[in-house]
Amino acid sequence: MADSPASSTGVSDQAPQVDGDRQQESVVIRFSGDSGDGMQLTGDQFTNASAILGNDVSTFPDFPAEIRAPVGTIPGLSGFQVNFASNDIYTSGDEPQILVAMNPAALAANLEDLQPGGVIIVNDDAFTKNNLRKAGYDENPLDNPDALRGYELHRVALTTLTRTALEDIEGMTNQQKDLCKNGFALGLAFWLFDRPLDSTLSFYAKKFAKRPQVVEANTRALKAGYAYGETTESFSGRITVPARTEVPPGIYRRITGNEAVVLGLVTAARKANKTLFYGSYPITPASPILEGLAALKHFDVRTFQAEDEIAAIGSIIGGAFGGALSATASSGPGIALKSEGIGLAVVLELPMVIINVQRGGPSTGLPTKTEQADLLEMFFGRNGECPVPIVAAATSGDCFDITIEACRIALRSMTPVYVLSDGYVANNSEPWQIPDVDAIAPIECDFRTDPKGYQPYMRDPKTLARPWVVPGTPGMEHRIGGLGKQDGSGNVSYDPADNEHMIKIRAEKVARIADYIPELEVNGPEKGDGLVVGWGGTYGAIRAASERMQHEGHSVASVHLRHLNPFPRNLGEILGNYRHILVPELNLGQLSFILQAKFPFRVIQLNKVQGQPFKIREIVDKIRSILD
Amino acid sequence: MTQTVESPLARKDFVSDQEVRWCPGCGDYAILAQMQKVLPEIGVAREQIVFISGIGCSSRFPYYMNTYGVHSIHGRAPTIATGLKSVNPDLSVWVITGDGDGLSIGGNHLIHCLRRNVDVKIILFNNRIYGLTKGQYSPTSLGGHRTKTSPMGSIDYPLNPISVAIGAEATFVARTQDTNTKHLQEVLRRAAAHKGTAFVEIFQNCVVYNPTAWDHTTKADIRDDNILYLEDGQPLIFGKDRDKGVRVNGMVPEVVQLGDGIDEAELTVHREDMDNTSYAYMLSRMLHPEFPQPFGILRAVSRPSYTDMLVQQVDEARASQKADLAGLLHSSDTWVVE
Repeated sequence: MADSPASSTGVSDQAPQVDGDRQQESVVIRFSGDSGDGMQLTGDQFTNASAILGNDVSTFPDFPAEIRAPVGTIPGLSGFQVNFASNDIYTSGDEPQILVAMNPAALAANLEDLQPGGVIIVNDDAFTKNNLRKAGYDENPLDNPDALRGYELHRVALTTLTRTALEDIEGMTNQQKDLCKNGFALGLAFWLFDRPLDSTLSFYAKKFAKRPQVVEANTRALKAGYAYGETTESFSGRITVPARTEVPPGIYRRITGNEAVVLGLVTAARKANKTLFYGSYPITPASPILEGLAALKHFDVRTFQAEDEIAAIGSIIGGAFGGALSATASSGPGIALKSEGIGLAVVLELPMVIINVQRGGPSTGLPTKTEQADLLEMFFGRNGECPVPIVAAATSGDCFDITIEACRIALRSMTPVYVLSDGYVANNSEPWQIPDVDAIAPIECDFRTDPKGYQPYMRDPKTLARPWVVPGTPGMEHRIGGLGKQDGSGNVSYDPADNEHMIKIRAEKVARIADYIPELEVNGPEKGDGLVVGWGGTYGAIRAASERMQHEGHSVASVHLRHLNPFPRNLGEILGNYRHILVPELNLGQLSFILQAKFPFRVIQLNKVQGQPFKIREIVDKIRSILD
Repeated sequence: MTQTVESPLARKDFVSDQEVRWCPGCGDYAILAQMQKVLPEIGVAREQIVFISGIGCSSRFPYYMNTYGVHSIHGRAPTIATGLKSVNPDLSVWVITGDGDGLSIGGNHLIHCLRRNVDVKIILFNNRIYGLTKGQYSPTSLGGHRTKTSPMGSIDYPLNPISVAIGAEATFVARTQDTNTKHLQEVLRRAAAHKGTAFVEIFQNCVVYNPTAWDHTTKADIRDDNILYLEDGQPLIFGKDRDKGVRVNGMVPEVVQLGDGIDEAELTVHREDMDNTSYAYMLSRMLHPEFPQPFGILRAVSRPSYTDMLVQQVDEARASQKADLAGLLHSSDTWVVE
């Protein structure tokens, strides 16, 4: 590794040497196997146990677009990476130090990511001739001393050992028993990192409550894995990652970005005292939001699974007209389909929130992978001059706050608002300090019910928002539509001056949002050699990279844009305080494009479009090359 | 559900201050006038009524109604109506659409609205032509129709709006005509009273681009031989002299001349309330000139509406579970940092 370890970044660059028990600040472990091997569940349980133990955790689930691609092949792999640490971490880690490979394909696909000197735990039973061939191996790499030179290899007969542990459970086929081998692997990992089994044991008991035999089988497999570590002396010691210190006191849970959006919407509706209406069409990776909200009818959440993306946006226009806090979410192609409806929403000046969980594009692209290449689409992807406020979540937990922020802007300025999330933020889970709901400010948005002097497009002098009058209000019947109109009355108008006035006033209304959103805060020195500017799910990698540079004595700061349209009012001033501005993005330079257009500063780009998040090192290397 | 009006409203209460801008002689005027006449009679307060439309000549309709209204985008009115009705089920929501808006660009939304039985009234003005874009063939234009985009005659096979609605198992399906004022009023009244999606096809005359489309049902000398007025519980009789009827022979309808040994008892008796859609579908396939075209209520059955069931689920959930927001935020494995 070229980089020296830097505690503040939370990623230890040193691979663990398993010789006697030792302590580390952080560990990155990756579980990889067939999509039917239960890797997501295994990773999830490992993360839970670590979080409850007091580690900071960050995860990166990586699964194929196909539900069950051919068994034993590389396209069929499902992976789950966990970074857990005794200090603050911002990403799921650059490279794993421990790889748990359930078959040859998992080894072949992940080996190059593994840190030099890293630990490999394989299911020895799965290295059959057939599986080796499917993974592209001519011979068994486990038998070739050169193939895995420099790594610490542990060959564990996971299948055999699991079957043995479950031997006397009656009425279970070997095939069913084999499904428990991930439990054995998890048990072994729990031993290796000294994690307690309780949270997973109670998970089994709850999840399989109706099938006691399955609870028994998984429990036994888990305990057998743990005992295997303890008794075989295959490993010369354990690695402990102590609990975090300096964590703000409070109650914590783990949360993914999609879960946080669900909670954010429900909280915003409560704070605005409105019914929540959510119309959506299932699409990866946004579907969990619809699933989550559909289960919350007792909060007066009304969900509508629309017939298509267009119907979804149409339905929330109807919901907004009817006085509900209305929202939808989608991704890639779905957002493209919604753009005509969003244009109508802009002209109707109705409040609603559209969440774009970005995925790899263009077209169907990489449905399960992350990217942030929709920014310019959010800015410009509609016909005509059609401004939409844009906010973006920085982390999984931030999805909660940013969703509430979007609702607040929508209701205050009577406008559709885009929330940008992405596949990484949506699926990544991290510890989240549960906020005190009473401390969240109410969202003021009363319907107008006074007919005196009412006109549909009369405007608040400060925000330029028009009043929200819902059907059912006597004496205030009015019509709104997508045609050119006159301000005030809202009457259809083809008058050239009216058209220009309306276009300008809608733009001004969005621009004025900058008056009430918070100023941007710089993380690091207020002036200096370098400023790293980011937005969205790259927050963790950017912050960790800039802190690493600060730690090495460089005057490098970072800022993260949660508000993208309009920008925070002090952005220009901040940009002017640094010699170099670096903008890392998981696209070909979309924020850079906007910044270049709006501000008189040269921007250096760092771009990546591989469906994967940035590694901290990639950003550090780029900053170094700029400073040199 | 909807409020009853205390002081009676009149037609003028539903006339907006906007100048109506359809072509002189357009069938839309007649429909607008009858709607404004019927609405005061349906027992719903004006503020509870909403008109939602898409794009096309017919879709200007909401601007002329002094109710709540949205003139939206092409084909999407049913989606907006569904969202609105989901958050405020007490409203009386009307969708105004045309053959292009409802069956071409918006065909998908139409069938899904119908199958869900969302409690909205869909009024489809069928003039078998694109009017607003100036005379291209529409999905209901007949084969061979020569238009600017089909100079050698349309090779599109036409869609039958009523058949589509019945195919989607709409719970209320009716047909009427713009100039047939009394009949139009009665159909609108029935649609207003229906719980669930009411689908009404109105034969509407485009005087500029397709003025002869409905000659067979409008010209005084022939129309009665080409229209079969449906009456619930009554045999299928038609004709200027009410001397013709329709009976079912095997699986297909046939027109018979009454007298000559054939009497009314042999004719099919109309029933609106058959759950099975086959009969209504058969009626919908009675096409001119082989058959008289059925006017009136082809089908009116009762099925819970989407919006009622949505509200019911919400009510049940609220009755059985407390909406504890703080509890929801904590509803996962938690741990305390001191």
